[in-house]
Parts: sequence; structure tokens; C-alpha cells
Amino acid sequence: MIVALPFAAAGLAMLGFILVCMVRLSIGPTAADRAVALDTINTLVVATMVLLGAAFGLVVLMDVALVYALLSYVGTLYIARYLERGLS
Amino acid sequence: MRRVAEWATTATLAFVVFLVLASFTGRWGVWAPDELLAGGVIALLVGLATGRFAWSRGGWRLLEPQRWLLFLVYLVGPFLYAMARANLDVAWRVITGRINPGIVRFNPGLRTDFGRTFLANSITLTPGTLTVDVDEGSGDFFVHWINVKDPLPTADAVCGPFPEWARRIAE
Amino acid sequence: MNGLIYAFLAIGAAFNALGAVALIRFPDVYTRIHGATKCTTFGSIFSILAVAVYGIAQGGGAGGTMAVRAFLALLFLLLTNPTGSHALARGAHRSGIKPFRAVVDRLEEVGHGHREVP
Repeated sequence: MIVALPFAAAGLAMLGFILVCMVRLSIGPTAADRAVALDTINTLVVATMVLLGAAFGLVVLMDVALVYALLSYVGTLYIARYLERGLS
Repeated sequence: MRRVAEWATTATLAFVVFLVLASFTGRWGVWAPDELLAGGVIALLVGLATGRFAWSRGGWRLLEPQRWLLFLVYLVGPFLYAMARANLDVAWRVITGRINPGIVRFNPGLRTDFGRTFLANSITLTPGTLTVDVDEGSGDFFVHWINVKDPLPTADAVCGPFPEWARRIAE
Repeated sequence: MNGLIYAFLAIGAAFNALGAVALIRFPDVYTRIHGATKCTTFGSIFSILAVAVYGIAQGGGAGGTMAVRAFLALLFLLLTNPTGSHALARGAHRSGIKPFRAVVDRLEEVGHGHREVP
């Protein structure tokens, strides 16, 4: 398996940023803070998947990234609706 | 008649999106024939499911090609510049920690849903502003401004030329 | 072409890092949404553009597929990210979180009852 090194390095850096965001996900004082951290992590995961897809030459990873982007958007909207007026 | 037109337009658009998604995957040529068949069936189903509410309230006007051209110009021109400036602004505020936030209200004078969505998204990605709420009746925008210069601003003070672009592209 | 890819990757990584730092450093939900949304959208766009340029430079079926998928991912992020963060900000305000050290809060004055949620 050929690895394009710059893309793999960028993907690894992205994983580091995700860890930094997880700090906010765990300490965030309110539920809204945690939701924001989760939204940020979702964006970074999409970028990481695309970068790793280029690094390993796997186009399948990019398909997964597309579907993940759409589903995480729907998930964010549901969390926001829940923050707005509870589970109803 | 209107139903059929809505359905056909949505199905065509869905098929175009499928063509873009599946390009370069065919064994011979750009697309494979069985994939085209599957994409056509799925596009028809998508049109059947979403055609009713995709074109409500002035949505037809978004099909005009000069709006798409204008959108591309907007995307690589003023929008990219404003976005770069927004990021440098955030960097400066992260380093200095100097913020003066508040939620202000202004009315950009947009009437359609598409125009308002377009302006709200543009505002969120440009310097120092974040759309918190939109009054659907009067069209007032409630914007979280990170550096409030004026508690009763005009649309121009908050987001510069973007309402004009939104009017030209999406209304 | 290589220089362009490296530049895009560096810009993307730098702004994504800035987004993560802004998420940690800013004092309240709204400013965090500011920093996180702007910086991660911009950074991810440049990271994905690097992949698109790489795909175009590679050429052929695999490279073309890669470029097309990367552009579609870019478009989705550009359309969905601000909408999602707007929904989060609205939900946060309706759940009663006040903006930190706000000099003015017009939405609080008007109240959320200015129209019915459908």
C-alpha cells in the first residue's frame, strides 16, 4: 500500500486537533458547549477521512466522508432542536 | 401540471448530482451503463419524494444560469476574501482575548427564504458575526457580534455588501 | 503542483489548529461557535482542496474520482457547517444561556415568543 506522506502527516495532525477538541467535549460546562465541540469534531473527522483517503489511495474513505458529513449535519440539527425545547 | 414540472425538475437535478458523483467510475467511458440505470431510478424516486417542497416560494428563480455564474464569482471573490479576514480576526482575538460581544438586531430587507438562508450562512462565515435567530415574519436578523461598535447598527455596518449579493443571487 | 499541495495542507492544518485552540480558549458558547465554525470550515476547505489538486495532478480514473469526491465533500461542508452552527446558537439561546459580558442583547429584549416555532 502506497502512502503519500504529506497527506498522512496532515491526517495525523488532524487527529491531534480532535484530541484538543475532546478536552472541551469533556469539560464543557453546559450541554451546548459539548454540542459545539462535537460539531467541530465532526468537521475535523470529515477532513481527516478525506486526507487519509488520499494518503492510502482509498476512494472508499471519501465516500464514507461524504455520508458522514450529511449524517453528522442531521445529528447536529437534532441536538440543537433538543437544546431548544427538550425531547419532543 | 405544476406537480409534474416540479417532479421532473427535481428528478433531473438529482440525476445530474448522481452523474457528478459517479463520474470516472465506469469501466469503459466515464460512466457504466448499469450504474446510469440505477441512478435514473433513484433520481425518479428522489423527485417523487422531495419535489413537492423543493420549489416553494420563488424557488424557480434559482434555476436561472446567470445566478449560478454570479454565485461562483461571489464564492471566489468577496466571500473568500471575507472568510480569510474572518479567520485572521479570530486568530487575533484568540491571542489577545479582546472581545466586546453582544446580540444586535437589523433588517437587511430580504423577502424570500433562499435569500435569508444565503445571507445567514454568509454572515456566519464572515468576520466577527454569527446569526443566532431570524424572525420569519418581519425578516429581522439577530446577530451575535463579537465586537459591538454600535448597539443599533444598520445592515451595512454589520455585514457590508452581503445583503446586496444575496438579493442579486437568491431573490 | 507539489508546492501548491504543500501550501494548501499547511494552511489547512494551521487554521484547523486555530479552530481547536479557539474552542478551548474563548469564554462562552457563542464565541466558541464563532471560532470553531469559521476556522474549521476554512481549514477543512483548504485540506480538501489539497486532496482535489492531488487527484487532478494524478489524473486518470482514480485521480478523477478522488478530485470529484473531494469537491463534493467541500461543497457539503460549506453548505452544512454554518447552518448547523446557526442551529446550535439558536438552541443555546433558547435554552437560556446568556452571552458572556454582553453589552447588548436585543434577542433577550424581544423574547423568543416573537413567532411560533412551526
